[in-house]
Amino acid sequence: MSNQGKMDCGRRRLIVATAAVGGAGAVAALVPFVSSLLPSERAKAAGAPVEVDISKLEAGQMMTVEWRGKPVWIINRTKDMLETLPKLVDAVADPKSDKEQQPAYCKNDTRSIKPEIMVAVGICTHLGCSPSSKFKKGAEEGMSGDWLGGFLCPCHGSTFDFAGRVYKNKPAPDNLEVPPHVYLTDTRILIGEDKKGA
Amino acid sequence: MKKFLMALLFAPLTALASGAALHLDKWPGSVSDKAALQNGAKLFVNYCLNCHGASYMRYNKLMDLGLTEQEVKDNLMFTAEKIGEQMRVAARTDEQKQWFGAAPPDLSVISRARASEAGSGADWLYTYLRSFYRDDKRPTGWNNVVFENVGMPHILYGLQGQQVLNHETHKLELAVPGTMQPAEFDKAVSDLVGYLVWMAEPGQEFRKTLGVGVLIFLALLFVLAYALKKEYWKDVH
Amino acid sequence: MAANTNFEKYKSNGTLAGNVLEWVDARFPATSMWKGHLSEYYAPKNFNFWYFFGSLALLVLVIQIVTGIFLVMHYKPDAAVNANGVPVAFASVEYIMRDVPWGWLIRYMHSTGASAFFIVVYLHMFRGLLYGSYRKPRELIWLFGVGIFLCLMGEAFFGYLLPWGQMSFWGAQVIVNLFSALPVVGPDLSILIRGDFVVGDATLNRFFSFHVIAFPLVLLGLVAAHILALHEVGSNNPDGVEIKKLKGEDGHPLDGIPFHPYYTVKDIVGVVVFLMVFSLVVFFAPEGGGYFLEYNNFFPADPLKTPPHIAPVWYFTPYYSILRAMVWNFFGLPAKFWGVVGMGASVVIFAFLPWLDRSPVKSIRYRGPIYKTLLAIFVVVFFILGYLGTQPPSFWGEKISQVCTVFYFGFFLAMPWWSRMDKFKPEPDRVTM
Repeated sequence: MSNQGKMDCGRRRLIVATAAVGGAGAVAALVPFVSSLLPSERAKAAGAPVEVDISKLEAGQMMTVEWRGKPVWIINRTKDMLETLPKLVDAVADPKSDKEQQPAYCKNDTRSIKPEIMVAVGICTHLGCSPSSKFKKGAEEGMSGDWLGGFLCPCHGSTFDFAGRVYKNKPAPDNLEVPPHVYLTDTRILIGEDKKGA
Repeated sequence: MKKFLMALLFAPLTALASGAALHLDKWPGSVSDKAALQNGAKLFVNYCLNCHGASYMRYNKLMDLGLTEQEVKDNLMFTAEKIGEQMRVAARTDEQKQWFGAAPPDLSVISRARASEAGSGADWLYTYLRSFYRDDKRPTGWNNVVFENVGMPHILYGLQGQQVLNHETHKLELAVPGTMQPAEFDKAVSDLVGYLVWMAEPGQEFRKTLGVGVLIFLALLFVLAYALKKEYWKDVH
Repeated sequence: MAANTNFEKYKSNGTLAGNVLEWVDARFPATSMWKGHLSEYYAPKNFNFWYFFGSLALLVLVIQIVTGIFLVMHYKPDAAVNANGVPVAFASVEYIMRDVPWGWLIRYMHSTGASAFFIVVYLHMFRGLLYGSYRKPRELIWLFGVGIFLCLMGEAFFGYLLPWGQMSFWGAQVIVNLFSALPVVGPDLSILIRGDFVVGDATLNRFFSFHVIAFPLVLLGLVAAHILALHEVGSNNPDGVEIKKLKGEDGHPLDGIPFHPYYTVKDIVGVVVFLMVFSLVVFFAPEGGGYFLEYNNFFPADPLKTPPHIAPVWYFTPYYSILRAMVWNFFGLPAKFWGVVGMGASVVIFAFLPWLDRSPVKSIRYRGPIYKTLLAIFVVVFFILGYLGTQPPSFWGEKISQVCTVFYFGFFLAMPWWSRMDKFKPEPDRVTM
């Protein structure tokens, strides 16, 4: 009952056609199953843009809000803090923010829309720990003597400056992510969306 | 012979099963009528949502009815802040239990739950919402022909007016007219029921459309598979 | 013919794929399994319509397992009431239906699959009755099959509680209370099963565990045993004759053809037709007219409010009717006890078929009018019992179900006698196409 011998053209064509159509059906049947792993409507609703009032955020202070279950930092940087940024151009890995870790409107020296207000996702780009703030200069908070202020990831020691730029030769590969955000008014930020209603 | 026996044995059975069945009016609407569904949604949020939640239904799903996000927010969203939130009720269930004797049921899937041998859930709701009558013996002052001694008062009486039950004919009669003509009121209830049917499974129209596609695909696959089977089996004698 | 024949190991033709296959085959019975179960498993060439349902049962099993895996990712077995006043378990099913992308399709496939499983398995079992597939030497295949059927009933019963609707709750309440009918240990046993004094959160959680882990494992084991036993002795066929008796010069049965490719291509046709019917239900009537998804189950479980009429899902209703037909006390034991015994016996009695049937031929084709008539009546009785089980109790319903119950058991218990008395036709040597 060997069928190799008489594998004629018609039979081969039918096998190919049936396998192709059946295979296409099987792939199509995969779509619902794989899609079901995507965030649900509930997750999307919970991950909807967050409105933040920053009118009470004083200079030099930082606040954390939750967006999509992640901590988002909003830092009101002082003049002093901002002045550290140009000094660190040689010390950080991606001073010009060439990697797409921020929306286009934040690809600038301060990585922000307004120079003093920094918005960043507070998750280390290495393995996902949340870095802690080390705002004081020098060794006061356990950093080295030439520390200019920024963030230290407690897990593997990556350091970031006040613009969330990662220092060279640290485990973290990229600068901290800047989420899409937009100013609704001068003191209200919508995090997670670029334009209202977009 | 089997068929004959079945017919013979089932005939008396079916006769005895259908006893004093409730007569329900057929719901005249359709879930593909978007304008009616939009009107129904408006009635739902204005009249039902005060006491009943629809806690599996998200406001942004209403955009499937052809509404924009802004329209949903401005005209239909009174109890929520974000478009992705569910249609929750303002009153608390434990308080409601005290007022009505039972917590008003969540209405998300009510049109599926109310189906029975007497008719579809839509038929039941369409008849029920039009069958309230004045009854001073009830704490709410209302009773219902379809759902005897129901805890719910007649929310739509301003529109329908007040009916009384004629105990001789067992028919409902309009004693005090409402703001709507009877035909107008029936249409409004039909729209509201349409919305409830749609809300019970907002994807039902898509499901059927997809089903047609799947069947066409399977028909094609059947032709090929059958030809392949024939091709192989020509060897078998 | 048997599955464990020693086939020659694969010899590489020098290509990379060939080398890999040779390496694997030297360490794993790949060739031998492929040949033994598919390409050189010789099946009778005269399989008809009824022989589709074995492979279809396997297909439905796969559908149920795959959809089940995905449902477990979103379902929550929790009877507590959420902030909206709805039990978490009930709400999580609606969450799957609305919020999970494509969740509705996966859920409808699973709920329709449950009913499809029973339809396919009932037809598969009926095939056994038609052609005497349970007869020697296939008794063990039949016993594994009865095991699968029992397992499936357990699986369906546990699974039905999970949506935590009114029918889920009250159905489980009634069935678990059946156990309290057993003398002495009954009441404690039903508490042990529930883990509470009513069906509650503990019950829901353990039923979930049984449904997704324990029973599927046993089911898979039994299915493997069922197929291995089948491939050991070979398939029966509509003529009920042994094809192994007559072999050709090549040592293969004259009336046998390799399962692959002949029956694989044939079963693909069956699969496509099945999927069309399955899709008709899933996409156009997922509630199955209230039989596949009962209407009352769209109300969340309420321990304080019994629905006016509790009916089990359709596939349990014949046995449920037998339960309700028992209304007399016997031997000092209450009717409730006999109801449970009758219901259990009505399922388990299938296991004794191989030893109850004494006819000299297997297939209905060569049996006489007695078998044909009694089997036809048995099918009608099964349908009547099934129908009555969906209906509220009534005077005539009870009487009819009692008559049917007597016939049901009589069919089996008197089989050793009536199966021998028939007028038989001579069996042919070869199968007929």
